[in-house]
Amino acid sequence: MPVTRTDEVILSAEGIYKQYPGTLALNNVDFKIYKGKVNVLVGENGAGKSTLMKILAGVEDPSSGKIYLNGKEIHITSPTEAAENGIGIIYQEMNLFPNLNVSENIFITREKTDKTGRIDSTYQDNYTRGLMEKLHQNIDPQALVSSLRIGQQQIVEIAKALSQETEILIMDEPTSALSTAEVDILFDIIDELKTHGVAIIYISHRLEELLQIGDYITILRDGKKVAEDGIESISLEWIVRQMVGGDEKEVFYDENHTIGDVVLECKHITLPHESGLFAVNDVSFTLRQGEILGIYGLMGAGRSELLETLMGVHPEAIGEIYINGKMIKSTRIGERIRDGFALIPEDRQREGLVKTMSVIQNMTLASLFRLAIKGVHLKRSTEEAEVQQLIREMSLKTAGTEVLVSSLSGGNQQKVVIGKSLLTQPKILLMDEPTRGIDVAAKGEVFSIMNKLVQKGFSIIFVTSELMELRAISDRILVMSKGCLTGSFLKHEASEEALVKASAVGHLSTNQRTK
Amino acid sequence: MKTKKAKLKLVKDKNVSLGMVLMQARTFIALFVLTIAFTLLLSDKGINFLSPINLVTITKHVAITALLGIGMTFVILTGGIDLSVGSIVGICGMVAGGLIHKGLVLPMFGVTIYYNVWVIMLITAVIGMLIGLINGIVITRFNVAPFIGTLGMMYIARGFANILSGGSTFPNLQGKEAFNNTGFQFIGAGKILHIPVSIWILLVILLISIYVAKKTPLGRYVYAIGGNEDAAKLSGIRVKKITTLVYAFSGFCSALVGIIIASQLVAAHPATGETYELSAIAAVVLGGTSLSGGIGTVGGTIIGAFVIGVLADGLVMMGVSEFWQNVIKGVVIIAAVIFDQLQQRMKAKAAVATITAEKESA
Repeated sequence: MPVTRTDEVILSAEGIYKQYPGTLALNNVDFKIYKGKVNVLVGENGAGKSTLMKILAGVEDPSSGKIYLNGKEIHITSPTEAAENGIGIIYQEMNLFPNLNVSENIFITREKTDKTGRIDSTYQDNYTRGLMEKLHQNIDPQALVSSLRIGQQQIVEIAKALSQETEILIMDEPTSALSTAEVDILFDIIDELKTHGVAIIYISHRLEELLQIGDYITILRDGKKVAEDGIESISLEWIVRQMVGGDEKEVFYDENHTIGDVVLECKHITLPHESGLFAVNDVSFTLRQGEILGIYGLMGAGRSELLETLMGVHPEAIGEIYINGKMIKSTRIGERIRDGFALIPEDRQREGLVKTMSVIQNMTLASLFRLAIKGVHLKRSTEEAEVQQLIREMSLKTAGTEVLVSSLSGGNQQKVVIGKSLLTQPKILLMDEPTRGIDVAAKGEVFSIMNKLVQKGFSIIFVTSELMELRAISDRILVMSKGCLTGSFLKHEASEEALVKASAVGHLSTNQRTK
Repeated sequence: MKTKKAKLKLVKDKNVSLGMVLMQARTFIALFVLTIAFTLLLSDKGINFLSPINLVTITKHVAITALLGIGMTFVILTGGIDLSVGSIVGICGMVAGGLIHKGLVLPMFGVTIYYNVWVIMLITAVIGMLIGLINGIVITRFNVAPFIGTLGMMYIARGFANILSGGSTFPNLQGKEAFNNTGFQFIGAGKILHIPVSIWILLVILLISIYVAKKTPLGRYVYAIGGNEDAAKLSGIRVKKITTLVYAFSGFCSALVGIIIASQLVAAHPATGETYELSAIAAVVLGGTSLSGGIGTVGGTIIGAFVIGVLADGLVMMGVSEFWQNVIKGVVIIAAVIFDQLQQRMKAKAAVATITAEKESA
């Protein structure tokens, strides 16, 4: 379906390639950005959205390809150059200095100074006040950024971008941390910006939101542009279909495995959140032996928190947990490991690995209670034997067990984390985004490991944001939204549409906008 | 299996250049060079630097720094620091001295209790450990930064050391037959198999520490906490408990040093141990332990302590002024850290090379 409208293209990228070691992140991508419109960019994790944005923002250089601004070819080699060309970006993670005030943040590296080199705070504050008035926001220029709510901080980011006379504003997942009311404010600001002719590039995983705010949509899949269209002619189902693709890749296969009796039963798991709401709200479910239970949901749905609660990370959580019919009373992580839980955390680098330690030391770290003779003496050969066996089983590529774990590639590091949890001899594996940040081949290997594990009688609960993976490998799928369980599907009845719909329960309350 | 081993060896050989080996053994090499230099320089003056008597004397001096350094190594491995060790040396010396000199005075009962010196040493060691325990609790349960928590304890312990005697020295710690508390000098002046007792104490603590660090879960946990506290926690390690334990051990080591010094001097002075924390930290850093935690060895600290000891004693014997001694010590410490940084960079380069090689071969 070709785009037939006659809006003015302000920026266009043509034939962009980006080669990283081992992966082709962008493969001949064209991307048109229309002036005064919201240009939506969607795709699954790893589809290449962030890479494309980094190229436009001057953070990364494309391997090849051309970028035209108002018809003239430009080369953006640094963020400063991007800013000079009127391109501003608001990253997913905030790039503000919490210890400085609002106007200091807005003028950072561009401080307005008088002749003596002193910063002219009065000018900066007044300018900032003007910006905030334009955005209809009541934010004090002298307020410390750390004292602002997340939504307000986002507005400061936007103001910062506008202060640089931005004509093209990239917003990477701007709503992921915002409340519904804050999303409404953001959308009002976006409308305001549009009337001033600012082109917005909008990236989000919240698909319903895109239909509300977007004007044009471009969809990436595996580094390729698969579709572009005007928003008014498409539907949610169409987006999902394009994102996921018709053909299921063979790497995400599942193998036959038998499912046994209930091994885990959770009743009314509830975890209070500091905001006064619940990170996990009265969640009850069961898990059978040899079953892969997938948990789907948007960011902040409480999926990770649910796994952490099972693992004993949050002693303040309430609810009942039964393993093989026996109630679990332990509260500490170490005791939960002995009970048979093992967590493979979402953020490997930060929570899974000790980078200063070797492969073998990382893999045995959670199992020393079991490996040490009388709980005291560690015998090298015992550790070595168990680790070697796992290395073979998982085809982990390492130059020996003594090398530092940080010298391994991402996929192999992930295997070390998986190996570490297997060595605790768990009954139930809790895997949080086990395939995040690793390449497709390594993903396939991780899935085959998961399949082998359930064949051996382990049970797995895994959290993912990637629909295709989820549907391919799960026996059963639970969907969470805002801490609550909002859907439960057997493998054959879980359509993408149904999953997406369930994951959005409670999110649809933003004002339906009229075009 | 055989081919696999050979292949692994090959990979190792390729990455471990001669430079890396020299870098890793740098402190040891420094010690070696220093010893030879002093031997040559002092032989001109007719002094045999390597005479058994001289070596034992140096080792006795080193034992003080080394004992504190061992405790400090574990603390620094967890990513912390203990600035209170010098003051704990001081207060523990005063406790031991006071119990021998004055006994335990209980005014409400009108009695004074004199303990056997072994009981006194036990009490002193326990007090050192308790002070360390308080450090640990303040740091882990009340979230006080280790630097601040132990800085505070440095003042508190020093203050109490002075309060115990009103600032004066407890002299004549030989004890009295009548009170059955003689024999305190044994620790400082006694010998077993011709080797001073303080060196035996160091040896025992050293061997236990190396065993704990290398062969027990506890040691592994200490490294893990310093390397990545979050990962350690998720691995089921009781981070707070083990961190507290580590500070208690540092306090225990400090108490031993307090006893040794009081015994050597047969007197306890409240200012004993001032700035010892800095020599201990210097020994740890010279020994290759990273101040950010997770990397380092007890053995390295011992070598570091020897470098400081040999340097100090050698310079004294050379007749170098105390002022210049300080300058040289400072230069050595900074040089050690610069070398450490260089080594980190070389390691990082080697790691990148390994990954690239792996990628290319795949």
